[in-house]
This record gives sequence, structure tokens and C-alpha cells, in this order.
Amino acid sequence: MAERAPTVELRGITKTFPGVVANDDVNLAVLPAEIHAVVGENGAGKSTLMKILYGMLRPDGGTISVDGHAVRFRSPKDAIAAGIGMVHQHFMLAPNFTVLENVVLGSEPARAGALDFDGARARIRELSETHGVPLDPDRVVEDLAVGERQRVEIVKVLYRGARILILDEPTSVLVPQEVEELFRNLRELKGRGVTIIFISHKLDEVLEIADSITVVRDGHTVATVKPEDVTARQLAELMVGSELPTPETRESTVTEEVVLSVRRLGVRLEGRWALEGVSFDIHRGEIVGIAGVEGNGQRELVEALMGLRSPDQGAIELAGVDVSSWPTRRRREVGIGYIPEDRQGRGLLLPSPLWENAMLGHQTVDPFSRGFWVNQGRGFWVDRGGAHRRTEELIRAYNVMTPGPDTSALALSGGNQQKLIVGREMIAEPKVLIAAQPTRGIDVGAQAAVWEQIRHARAAGLALLLISADLEELIGLSDTLYVILRGRLVAKVDPATVTPEELGSYMTGAREATFA
Amino acid sequence: MSKRFRIRLLWLLVPVSAVVLAFGVSSLVLIAIGENPISAFRSMFRYGSQQNSLVSTVNRAVPLYVAGLAVAIGFKMNLFNIGVEGQYRLAALLSAAAGAAVVLPAPLHVAFIMLVAMAVGAGWAGIAGVLKVKRGVHEVVSTIMLNSIATGLGAYLLANYLKKPLGPNELLIQTRQIPASGQLPPLAVIGGENLRSFVLIAIVLGVLVYVLIWRTRFGYDLRASGINPDAARASGADPNRMILTTMLISGAIAGLIGMGDLFGFFHAYTLDFPVGLGFDGIAVALVGLNHPVGIAIAAMVFSWVDRAAQILDLEGVPKEVIIITKGVIILSVVIAYEVVRRLVQAQEVKTAAEETRRLEEREEAVAA
Amino acid sequence: MSWGGGDIALAQATQGRRLEARRMLLFLGWVILLLSAVRWATAAPDLTSSDTYGTALRLAVPILLAGLGGLYAERTGVVNIGLEGMMILGTWFGAWGGVQFGPWWGVVLGITGGMLGGLVHAVATITFGVNQIVSGVAINILAAGVARFLSVIAFTGHGGGATQSPQVTSSLPRMTVPVLAGGKPFGWQSPDVLGWLEQRHWFLISDTSAMFRGFMVDLSILTVITLLLVPATYLFLWRTRLGLRMRSAGENPWAAESLGVRVYTMKYLGVLISGALAGLAGAFLVLEAAGIYREGQTGGRGFIGLAAMIFGNWRPSGVAAAAGLFGYTDALNLRSPEAIHALLLFVGISLTALGIWYLYRRRLLGGSLSIVIGGLVFLWFAVTDTVPRQFIFITPYVATLVVLAVASQRLRPPTYDGIPFRKGEQIS
Repeated sequence: MAERAPTVELRGITKTFPGVVANDDVNLAVLPAEIHAVVGENGAGKSTLMKILYGMLRPDGGTISVDGHAVRFRSPKDAIAAGIGMVHQHFMLAPNFTVLENVVLGSEPARAGALDFDGARARIRELSETHGVPLDPDRVVEDLAVGERQRVEIVKVLYRGARILILDEPTSVLVPQEVEELFRNLRELKGRGVTIIFISHKLDEVLEIADSITVVRDGHTVATVKPEDVTARQLAELMVGSELPTPETRESTVTEEVVLSVRRLGVRLEGRWALEGVSFDIHRGEIVGIAGVEGNGQRELVEALMGLRSPDQGAIELAGVDVSSWPTRRRREVGIGYIPEDRQGRGLLLPSPLWENAMLGHQTVDPFSRGFWVNQGRGFWVDRGGAHRRTEELIRAYNVMTPGPDTSALALSGGNQQKLIVGREMIAEPKVLIAAQPTRGIDVGAQAAVWEQIRHARAAGLALLLISADLEELIGLSDTLYVILRGRLVAKVDPATVTPEELGSYMTGAREATFA
Repeated sequence: MSKRFRIRLLWLLVPVSAVVLAFGVSSLVLIAIGENPISAFRSMFRYGSQQNSLVSTVNRAVPLYVAGLAVAIGFKMNLFNIGVEGQYRLAALLSAAAGAAVVLPAPLHVAFIMLVAMAVGAGWAGIAGVLKVKRGVHEVVSTIMLNSIATGLGAYLLANYLKKPLGPNELLIQTRQIPASGQLPPLAVIGGENLRSFVLIAIVLGVLVYVLIWRTRFGYDLRASGINPDAARASGADPNRMILTTMLISGAIAGLIGMGDLFGFFHAYTLDFPVGLGFDGIAVALVGLNHPVGIAIAAMVFSWVDRAAQILDLEGVPKEVIIITKGVIILSVVIAYEVVRRLVQAQEVKTAAEETRRLEEREEAVAA
Repeated sequence: MSWGGGDIALAQATQGRRLEARRMLLFLGWVILLLSAVRWATAAPDLTSSDTYGTALRLAVPILLAGLGGLYAERTGVVNIGLEGMMILGTWFGAWGGVQFGPWWGVVLGITGGMLGGLVHAVATITFGVNQIVSGVAINILAAGVARFLSVIAFTGHGGGATQSPQVTSSLPRMTVPVLAGGKPFGWQSPDVLGWLEQRHWFLISDTSAMFRGFMVDLSILTVITLLLVPATYLFLWRTRLGLRMRSAGENPWAAESLGVRVYTMKYLGVLISGALAGLAGAFLVLEAAGIYREGQTGGRGFIGLAAMIFGNWRPSGVAAAAGLFGYTDALNLRSPEAIHALLLFVGISLTALGIWYLYRRRLLGGSLSIVIGGLVFLWFAVTDTVPRQFIFITPYVATLVVLAVASQRLRPPTYDGIPFRKGEQIS
């Protein structure tokens, strides 16, 4: 086979941020009109690499060449001019604009300043048809389903003449039919000579669609392989760097006592059921895991459990007491802990010192506050001394790397912020802990430590609801594992025997389970 | 230079830059209209440092301080109670009328008047609070509308129900005089000027506000709601309850704005009663960065400038130049605060990263 | 999933918009009908006279300009509470320019004054990241102070004083539509068809003619310009390249930035235009309505303009409609106490009708509340002869509050309105 010159070549790319080396001497070579996947774990450096390729970040070292020419990108504009287009994981779309307006923004066809709507519409329809990406230019983006919105992002880059497409975790928000649709589109595009770089951590999909796979781990390029030469398990090992942990056989700590009972919980969102008929129990000493692609109702479930959203259907019982209409504060006080998915948005007061963050969610109870009359009633006075002591305890026990309890939360790295949040919830000895992505963004060592803490707590009787995108975490920790899809629990699997591939198929709806 | 010291130094930039810019711009303006800034400032300083001027400054600063406190409580939660103006005037009117209608032993009488004022202020602010909570009406527009409505309502009530019958030579419409038990004697007479006793109550109020915001759990919820409403909600703070309670407290304090003047001088609500204190209070809260100590300083500075500038008329310099001065102070404080905040945050991140790295290295050394 | 459902959805959306328009027209029709009935019942011709409508138009102009100003700023994502202050600058510079150089210069300088205020707001919020509301409030305070200071320097001793300017002697051209409203093209007195209809006092016909006539008589050129600004704003923001980019700054600035749109520039543009329009509003107040600058002249119209923008759902046509409503209440306020008194009857009947509608829809709390309040208002109308002077004064403010309280539901502000944008830091 004749050696083709790569369309895109990254050599020796290095990029450091304060405290972390994101890319260390990374090499990537992409052949023309191939679908090249870049795989790696969260935090392995894939996103940083792609941001550099797209001109959003400048590398500290290394070179980029496109079609054989060395290039220097100062901003996305330069990358766009070089024919590179990026479809972000979190879509950059204006929901109130139409498809047309979103696509042409910044490169509008105009006659003396006035928008040439007909011209734009024609061009979009043309692109849409020739590349097999069906779109109606006049629909408002807000009305579009997720898969359609992704197509808007794709047409956006095609409109600007992109011949090299970077897709950042494109399937993380899609349901199975949409994933198939996307792959069909990608093959069409490839047939028209478009080069595609596909970033993902979903190994089964990568094996299905890619022509070539580069594995990145801890900021390094580990290997470049062809899908026909590897199995998913081998890929996973390349990604993680060691043998995959097998779920350990251990004494089950699950008791008979039901701590949290969810019955037919339902939440309506804009006319459709975001959550429907969800029922499960969590016993003392049990970890119930819920696996699912992001956006299938997990957020609504967590919000309903925490009292941040009123369910439209169903009930929630804590130790036999119906708490469905209790306000958030009461649920917290009675022992429901919460590790939010978005730590900066929902879990921290960034400008505030750590001791005030340690209080968040627990400000009405000991040791953070005292009652008005000699320790009676709900906390009235803030107990600074108590808060400081507790925070120091927390810092020590959960290994939060920080100068002290008076440091502002924003000065902590993401991983340490997460450790603080996990610690603050667990140290309060809750009856039930609702954990959404509890080890997101933590380095592997800290992740293992957190898992240990969780196992200890479970042995002491904690009931935990684990919602995670990390299959390894779910399999390793859960006693009972459900799969959520489109707001419903569609499968219940045994974590001891299920494989990641099986789980993935349930999560994407490729396989349907008979579920009682 | 230690990190802590560097941060303190950065924060000092805020008032310093404000003062420098204020003097600078005012001097330029004075020069532009053909006046000598140096002699103007010198006269101001001389006049303003007189004993009676200082007392007058304190008297003027008190209502500004209370207004600043009222506004700041809302600001801390990103709630903009611009309605303090209407709240205090309605409160002054109704409490003066109520105070004149009863006779109680001295401390109780004063307390009664204050309570009525607080209730009226809280109620009026509460309207905006309810509108926000129930109908999502933004409090800036609603409180401003309520200001004007308060003016009209107050005028109507005064003209038709609350005014005292005018004597043969009296022209000024006002409520009935509050009897002596409802008046506060001056604290001291310095340089021929009465130092109004209400200043003590204002100081106590300042302490109470500080304690409320920084030492109580409610204050914690309040600040958290201002910093990150989503996180505050997830931590159990009920946003609707917070909004309503904060507006009520803010309004209650606003009600007290006019009390210094009422107890110490007017003893009735007249058409002469000071206006505009609400808006001045907003300025003072902004300059004081929403902290009771800062607000006190800002109130004193603004009052002093107002007082000292009175001498300028005698020198033929338009005293309105200090409006420019005050305006520049407000603007530069507000901008400098943002700039310094960012610098300080960047500094914190840097030093924390360094110290953390040091800690990690130590850990690794121990483990090795 | 909606494979193939797209067309249906589009059809539904269009139908929804058409229903909305029809419902609005129906509502307007009902209002005119009721007003006519009340006018006839209470014999308060001012309720629907062409004079009132003419005044309403004139009073609506500054509110409309302020509302459009707010719209431009908020469409680029910046909340501009400082409109009132910028309007004050517009009044001052408008008066000064008018006295010194003539009315057209007054207009130009008024606009410039407002724009300067806008510049301060833009620099503070966009470049320095100051809280948008804090900056707006600060500008209001500043502008009032600056106006006072400048008055002392420029007006005292020259025919004015610290709180008012000398009279602006000449004025801007005006016109009246010929044939329909008795205009005088080239000196020939044309017939006044609508005026004749109005004089007949025929139920509904006269009232409607009065309404149209009111919009055609004695129109200032600034009024015409302002009215033209409404469709012009629509065309500019929704049909041009620059307009799209400006709106993108308010709908998703990070997406816009990633596509090469200079978001900071767009925001500056929005805020500067906002200040300019507020300044024009101020100039109009001085040069058209009063002929003189007086402290406090703006009377909160900057904020009422913001309310008009909110009620108008951030669309130019909506802002115009809301401004018309506020102008109407302002006009009644000025013209006659009987009209306000008659308005009570209108409000009473409307509230009662609304209450019955709510009850029919099973919204018990809203329904009973509306009926009770409606009944009380009706009682007030029946028991009194006039409305006290002070209450007339507060009518526009009460109207604003009521409108805001009622309207706050189906609002659709620009997605990132009020959210600060700093390049690179995305708050998603």
C-alpha cells in the first residue's frame, strides 16, 4: 500500500498548565480521508490536544503541519482558514436562533450589509444534501433534538470549507439511533474526502467507526493501532495502563433494611417525561449504581431526590417516611448527603474560604452552627471555631492538598476541590449519599482513595446512590446496578458478571433487557 | 513580601485610587472653569475641620450610614433595593404621625416610633419582594416605581389625613408635633452644634448588621445566595424565602433612615424633610463595598465633603463641583474593586499552587 | 425522536405565531370596544379623544426611545439600568445645545450626551467587568449630579438656574397629515375627515377615528423619526449581518467568539446605541415637550422604558405597543381628572371580566383575587367623583407595576442577557 502523506501531523506537542502537564511530547499523524480516533481517559490530554489543533490554545512546544505545511494558529480563525473545523462536545449554539443563523454567524453572505437569506438557505441545503446531513435551515435550534443539533454543528464547519473535522466526544449525548445516524454521516463525509478526527472514550464505538486509533494516556501518546488488530479489552488496558481491576469478591454488606425507597418517580420537562416510572430501593450498606449516557434523566432524578425539583409523579421515602414534598434543607438535615455533578456550579462557593465551603449543605447543624438559645433548635450562630476544626479534620482525612482552611476554594485544583466535597459529605455520616460523578476529574491515586472511603462507609452502614459515567467505577463499587435510558430504568445487571461491552449496549439501547 | 501583606496592599489600591482620581478630576474641572483648586481645597479643609463642622458631619453621616446598611444587605445577595428612598420617606411620615398620636414613657415612645418606621419600611419593600418571588418582577424596576408611588401616596396622606391644623402664621404643612417623650435630647453640644443621639443607635445597628451577615447562619445563607445561587439552593437555602426575608430586613432598616433627623431636629414630618437620602445611601454602600465599616467611612467622607464644600459658595466657587468629586469616587471605587479583585484572585491561585506543590513534595519525600 | 416530524413542528410553530398575532388583535379590539363604551357611559370624552391620543403619542415617544435603547443593549447581553441617567444627560445637553445653537444642535448634542453615558457604562461593565446593575445605578447617580453641576456653571446668570435652563426659543418642524386630519400642505387647508367623524360622538366609530386622528395631528419630526425607528430596528437587528452578530453576543457570546465575531465590539455598539437613544429621548423631552430643561424632568421614564422593553418581550413591535400603553396612561394623567376617574370603571370591568375568565379556567386564586379587586375598583369609581391629584400623579408608575406583574410569564429575554462575558472563561 502506498504511503500517503498525513493531512494533519502534530509532533512533540507539549502544553503545561499551573500544576499539571496536560500534553507531554505528543505525536499524532492523520492520513487524508480517514477517520482517526483519539482515545484516552478523562484528563488524559485529548481535549487539550484538540484545542491546540483548533487554535484555541497555543502549545508550549512542538509543531503542527497541515497538508505538509507547517502552521501556527493564533486563534480558531487561523485554524478555520486552514480548513480545520471543530464540533465541540458541548454545542456552541444559540438556542433562540434558527439553524441558518447559527450556521452563517461570522461568515454571513450579505449584500451591502443585508443578510442574503436565500443564498444562505440554498448553500445550507446544498451542503446538507451532498454530505448526507439532513437539516431544515429555518427551524429554531431550541426545537431540535440533540442529534439534529449536532448536525447543525457539523454543517457549521462544512459551511466554512472545513476538510478536516474534529469531533470532541460526539456520541456522549446521543441515543443509539442518533449514533448510527452520525456514523452514517461520517462515512459519507469520508467518502467525499473529508478527514475526521474523532475523540472518544467509548471503545466499542471507536472500534466500529475508526480506520486508525491513537491512544493517549497521562499526556503521552501510548500507541497507534488499527481496529482490526486490537480488542476492546486491549484498548482499555492501553488507556488505563494496567490490568483492569476485576470487581473483587468480598463480603456483601447489604442489609435488609431499606433506607431510601423511590416509587414510580416521574418528572415532566417541556412536554415530555424526562424521568418516568423510576422505582428502586437502597438498603443499608448497599451501593446502588445507575449507568447511563449523560442526559437520560440522571439530572432530573438527582434533583427530585434532593428537593431541587418537584416530581410530577411518584414518591420518595426515607426510612419509611415520605419526604417527597420536603424542602431541600430538611432532607439534608435528616441525613441525605449530596455530591453534585457540577462541583463548581453547585457544590462550592469559589471565592469563599474552605471552612465556609465545608459548611455548605450543613450550615444548620453541628459543628458549623449553634442554636440561638444555648444550642437549641436549628443552627443560628455560625461556629467559626467548630467550622475551622472540622475543616482541618476534613483536609487531613481526605488528603486535600491546600495551605489551610482559610484558602479560597478557587485556589484549589479541581481534584482537591472534589476531594473536599466528597469529604464534607462523608464526614457528616449521612444515611443516604447521592453521589453524581463523585470521582470526576480526580487523579487515579485520589480516586482509589475515595473508593476506599466509600467502601469503608458502606461497611459501616452507608447507603449510596452512585450515578456515574465511569463504567469501571460503577462495576467496581455497585452492589446493584441499573441502566437508565430516556428517563426509564431499562436494565438491572449484576456488577460481578456484567462486562463493559454489555453495559455499554444497554446504555445505548443496542440491547434491550427484559426488566421486571 | 509576604503573601498576606501583598494582598492587603492590593486592596488598599481601591480607596487610594478613588481619592487620587477624585482630587485629580475635581482639580481639572476647577481649573477648567477658571478656579484655583488648591485654594478651594484649602478653604474646604479649614472649614471642614472646625468643631461644629465635624459634629455636623457626623449628624449628616448617620442617615447616610443607615441607608447604606439597608442597601448593602440587599446587595450582598445581589438584590438591588433601590426603593430605600420611598421606604424611608413613607416610614418617616407614618411614624411621625403615629408618634404624635400617642403618649408613652420616654424610652418606649421612641422605641414605638422606631418600630412603626421599621414596619412601614419593611412592608413597602415587601411589596417588591412579593412581586419578585411570585411574578418574577425584577426588583430594580419595581422598587423605583414604588418610590414614586410612595411620594404620591405620602403626599396624599399628609394633605388629607395626617396634617396638623395650621396656625395663623404657619405655612409649612406637617404632621403634628411629637411630644417631648418621643424626642431624643442631644448627646453633647460641641462647638455650638448639637450632636444627635441617634448616632449611638446607628452604631448599634451597624454592629447588628455585621453580626447578622457574618456571624449568623442566615447571613451565611444570604452571602452564599449572592455568591452562587445554585450552590446555595443545593445547600438548602430556599431562594424565595431568602429574597422575601432580605427585602423585609432591608426595608426595615431603610425605615430608620429618617429617624436621626426626626428625633434630633424635626420632631414632625414636614415638607422640608430631607429627601434624596435613599439614593445617597446607595452611593455610600457602593463606595463602602457593602461592609459596615467601609460604609461608615464612606458615609463620613461624603458627609464631610458636603459640609466642607459649603464654604465654597462664599469664595465664589460653585460648590456643585463636589458632585463631580463624589461621582468620580463612586465610579473609581466600583471599577477599582473589580480590577483588584481579579488581581487578588490570580495571586491567591498562584500562591496556593506553590504551597500545594511544596506540600506534595514533602509528602513524596516522606513516602520515599 | 422527530425523524420527519420536523415539518410538523415547523408548521405548529408558525401556527402558534399566527394564533398569537390574532389573539393580540382580538385583545386590542376588545380594549377599544370597552373604552368606547366607558367613554359613552361616563361622558368623559377625553378617554378617547384625538387630543388624548395625540398627547399619548407624544408622551410615548421618550418611553419608546428608552425602551428601544434598552433593547439594543440587552440584545447584546448587557443590562442597562442607567437609561434614566443617560436620558438626563440627553435633556441637559439637548437644552444647552438648543439654547446655544438651535434645536437641531440640541438634538445632536442630546444624543451625544446620552452616548457619553453609554460609553461609561460600556467601559465599566464590558472592559472592567463591573456588575451591570451596579454600574447602571452609579451612572444614574452621576448623571443627575453632573447635570446639576453643569447647570450651575452654564445656566445660572444666563437666564436659568441650578435646576433649569433658559427657554429654548425655536423649535423643530411639525406636520399634520392632510385630508384625513386637516393638514396644510403648501398652505392649503385640507378637510379634516377624521376630525369630523370624531365630533359626531358615534359609539365606536368616533372613538376609532379619534385614535387614528390622534396619530396624525401635529406630529413632530422627531416623533416620525422615532416611529420609523421601530421597523428600522427590526430590519437592522434581524435582517442584516451586523444585526445578527450583535444579537449573537446576547444569545451565545462564546459561540459567536468561536466563530470570529468580536463580541466585545458588538456589546460596545449595543450599549452606545442604547445611550444615544436615551439621549435622544431626553432631547425630545426638552425640545418638543417642554421647551426647557428642568431638573427631574425625566421622571423615571428611563425605567418605564425598561418596563416597556420587558413587556414588549424584547421585540421592537412589543416595545412600541407597551410604550403606547404607558404613554396613554401618562396622557390621561395630564389631561383630565375625569378621564382617570372614568378609567377606574374600565379597570374595574376588565378585572372582573378577567376574574371570570380565570374562574372558568379553574384558576381559583387568581380568579377570586381579580374579581375582588375589580369589585373594589368599581366601588371606588361609584363612590367618588374624582381621583385625588396625588393618585393621578402615580398612575403611570402603578400601571408599570401592574403590567410587569401580569406579564412576567411568557417572557423570552436574550439567552445570555445580563451574564458577563469574559473571553475564554465559559460559564455554561
